[in-house]
Amino acid sequence: MKAPPDRRAAIGDVLLSVEGVSLAFGGVRAINGVSFDIRKGEIRAIIGPNGAGKTSMLNVINGFYHPQHGRITFRGKTRSKMRPYEAAEGGIARTFQNLALFRGMSALDNIMAGRSLKMNSSFFWQMLRYGPAMTEEVEHRKKVEEIIDFLKIQDIRRVPVGRLPYGLQKRVELGRALAMEPELLLLDEPMAGMNIEEKEDMSRFVLDVNEYFGTTVALIEHDMGVVMDLSDRVVVLDHGEKIADGTPDEVKSNQAVIDAYLGVAH
Amino acid sequence: MEQDVSAGADTFPKLLVRNARRFGGRPAMRHKDLGIWQSWTWAQVLDNVRAYAVGLHKLGLKHGDAIAIVGANRPKLYWTVMAAQALGAIPVPVYADAVADELAFVLAHAEVRFAALEDQEQVDKVLSVQERLPKLEEMFYDEPRGLRDYDHARLHNIDDIITAGRDAMAKDASLGQWIDEQIANGKGSDVSIILYTSGTTGQSKGVVLTGERSIKATTDTVLFDHLNETDVSLAYLPLAWVGDHYLNYAQGLVAGFCMACPESSDTTAQDLREIGPTFYFAPPRTFEQMLTRVMIRMEDASRLKRRMFHYFIGVARKYGEDILNKKPVPLGGRILYGIGRFLVYEPLKNVLGLSKVRTAYTAGEAIGPELFAFYRSIGLNLKQLYGQTEAFLYLTAQPDGEIYSDTVGPACPNVDIRIAENGEVLFKSPGMFTGYFKDDAKTAEVLTDDGYVKTGDAGFFDEKTGHLKIIDRAKDVGKLNDGTLFPPKYIENKLKFYPNIREVVAYGDGRDFVTVMLNIDLTAVGSWAERNNVVYASYQELAGHPRVYEMLKSHVEEVNRSLAAETMMAGAQIRRFLILHKELDADDGELTRTQKVRRGFIAERYGPLIKALYDGSTEADISTEVTFEDGRKGVISARVKVVDAKTVPVGGALEKAA
Repeated sequence: MKAPPDRRAAIGDVLLSVEGVSLAFGGVRAINGVSFDIRKGEIRAIIGPNGAGKTSMLNVINGFYHPQHGRITFRGKTRSKMRPYEAAEGGIARTFQNLALFRGMSALDNIMAGRSLKMNSSFFWQMLRYGPAMTEEVEHRKKVEEIIDFLKIQDIRRVPVGRLPYGLQKRVELGRALAMEPELLLLDEPMAGMNIEEKEDMSRFVLDVNEYFGTTVALIEHDMGVVMDLSDRVVVLDHGEKIADGTPDEVKSNQAVIDAYLGVAH
Repeated sequence: MEQDVSAGADTFPKLLVRNARRFGGRPAMRHKDLGIWQSWTWAQVLDNVRAYAVGLHKLGLKHGDAIAIVGANRPKLYWTVMAAQALGAIPVPVYADAVADELAFVLAHAEVRFAALEDQEQVDKVLSVQERLPKLEEMFYDEPRGLRDYDHARLHNIDDIITAGRDAMAKDASLGQWIDEQIANGKGSDVSIILYTSGTTGQSKGVVLTGERSIKATTDTVLFDHLNETDVSLAYLPLAWVGDHYLNYAQGLVAGFCMACPESSDTTAQDLREIGPTFYFAPPRTFEQMLTRVMIRMEDASRLKRRMFHYFIGVARKYGEDILNKKPVPLGGRILYGIGRFLVYEPLKNVLGLSKVRTAYTAGEAIGPELFAFYRSIGLNLKQLYGQTEAFLYLTAQPDGEIYSDTVGPACPNVDIRIAENGEVLFKSPGMFTGYFKDDAKTAEVLTDDGYVKTGDAGFFDEKTGHLKIIDRAKDVGKLNDGTLFPPKYIENKLKFYPNIREVVAYGDGRDFVTVMLNIDLTAVGSWAERNNVVYASYQELAGHPRVYEMLKSHVEEVNRSLAAETMMAGAQIRRFLILHKELDADDGELTRTQKVRRGFIAERYGPLIKALYDGSTEADISTEVTFEDGRKGVISARVKVVDAKTVPVGGALEKAA
């Protein structure tokens, strides 16, 4: 009865592409001439062994790191480097490998913080909580409540994030990223440290985000089962270089990838 | 006005119409959505239900068709019940957490043509078993999330059905009139709902209830507890359970009060605080968890608060229940209680969301006297009731001011209760079911020749109070050789309410007298040992300690005194007992996974001990195999002492037993 999930039909043009990007910290080459693209509406996985440069790649995309070489094209605009505010305003949101939440604030306030870019009223009015600022806050609160409903975290709305278990903190962080209504969502190991049930929940959320909000997702993940199930295309990095790019099946059978993961006799 | 509560209405939709007329502007339902409580007045609910019913009619739902309802407590699912009843169709609610297989059984057995489902999870569940449901035609859902890509040929959003119904009525005015006629012409003798029992004892059975009987039963309890349109309840119990259908749906419609649906099952505690219901039901376990939460939080409170709390809880324990029962209390006690109320009891009830509760009930299992007294003492009017699905819930309930922790109250108005020869409770009640759906054999099985229904529970009426006491499942009740009834669970529960006793196994069926095997509670007895300088190295040593035996002996004798006070039970006093050298464990097969003792298995395993209990020896050797947590097996051997306990001769003073 369920229609065949023809998600590929919904996948459109290139949303973001990186070309020949290289990044070095002093003498250490983190990324070496990597090129790939992310299409609108797809779930794109970036995988690779430890130290392959995956997180660095995400940091380049949202402007935390500035690459020495190469170009980044986002929504048709080409830059040699991204700046964090350009990324944020352009609709790129992310979550972090080691949570970066405001631990003393409630789940609700943390997600509300994700709306700050969308607030128009001035600091002065917001401080007074009066007039247009009030109307605006109500609008934003509504959006935030939709996200809370979406992620099924109604019961922890008022709980300080620091008191929540890890799996729920991850969910709140995803909520904050979603609050930006991003076009491109970068997830850095969204399932690290989770048990199977939490992983399944999180996978469902990632798929739902992609389907429900039409958000393009780029994720780094170590759990191969998750990666192969979720993603439309996978790019594999090893020692800062791209060694494979393609559908999960293509990547799985790629000899270079197998060598990178299992090691190879020299 | 008093007698007029149901206004002659004999179906729930007629009551809905009556409420819309009489309490039109008053809230009928609330539901927290996106963090805000949404309300619907009775007039709005009627309006939605009419449109919904027309929409369902357009989809082909007819008089007599069955429609399944699966999900949490949500207004639209309650409207589905109402809309189906308005058309004379039969709602069949199913537990939301039922696995696909159970769901398939109920849906197939009830021959449902339609199913209203909460969300994608339930839709998936039904789809996974659809080949077993040839009669199923259309499915409706409340929560569209995740369902966008599903084939919508047989799948509809409930909102769309309501809108379609509304549009149809706007186009064709006669449709509105038609649905009103359908409601007005509904017959009270028609099936109102089929509630499937949860099936803990075999395959679940569909209990058929009619509108007329349901409303009669409900009217009695609404009057009994003086419920009216200003009351509020939180509808958090499973939709498919008779408790929810009765306490919230039926009572809400009869009394005209508002039922509030929680935001999600995880937020119930917060929703309870926000709504502040006036009528509340919870099983004993929930009350226990609430108290534990309070106690844990009090441990973390400042010293001043902690001392204040414990002092005033002490005051409450002394005077609280008497004040609630309107018994004479010295002035000093009243004043202290008044201060305590201001400083502790009311704030505490507020935190728990129970400030406004006028009537609270608990039922389902035995509630510990301490726990029960705690809530009563802080001024919560907590009462017990006894009932079952076949009776449309209530059989007995405690009236205000006549409350005992170990009874379930006298028979409700118009309920006729009889105790059978074997101790089984039989009843005839206004809300009685008409039979099990498509199962005349089972129906005949539970009916006596003169039309009473067998509850399957054994009990007796307490002479002192005139209240019913439920003692055990009827099939578990045995007999001593002299013919005295022997209800093992009743005796075990009496002992288990002592904190020092963790587990009890009682024997007596086909024997001359009753004996018990006890398990001490290591935490409670361990802390007692610490305070009393009792040194021990292991559970086994502590369990065998003479002073522990002494302490438990006094508990057993206390229980004997309380058993002696009940004519029916006096012969079932405990003559001999022993304390087991190891804890009963589910890993060893001695308990079920739900922590119930497996009497027969234990008797086999501890054969030498049972022999010693009955042949008069003072100790016995036993070695048993145990399974450690890592799966390895070992053997524990011990010499266990067997001790005589004093019994009370019926109607006499203490006497040393043989």
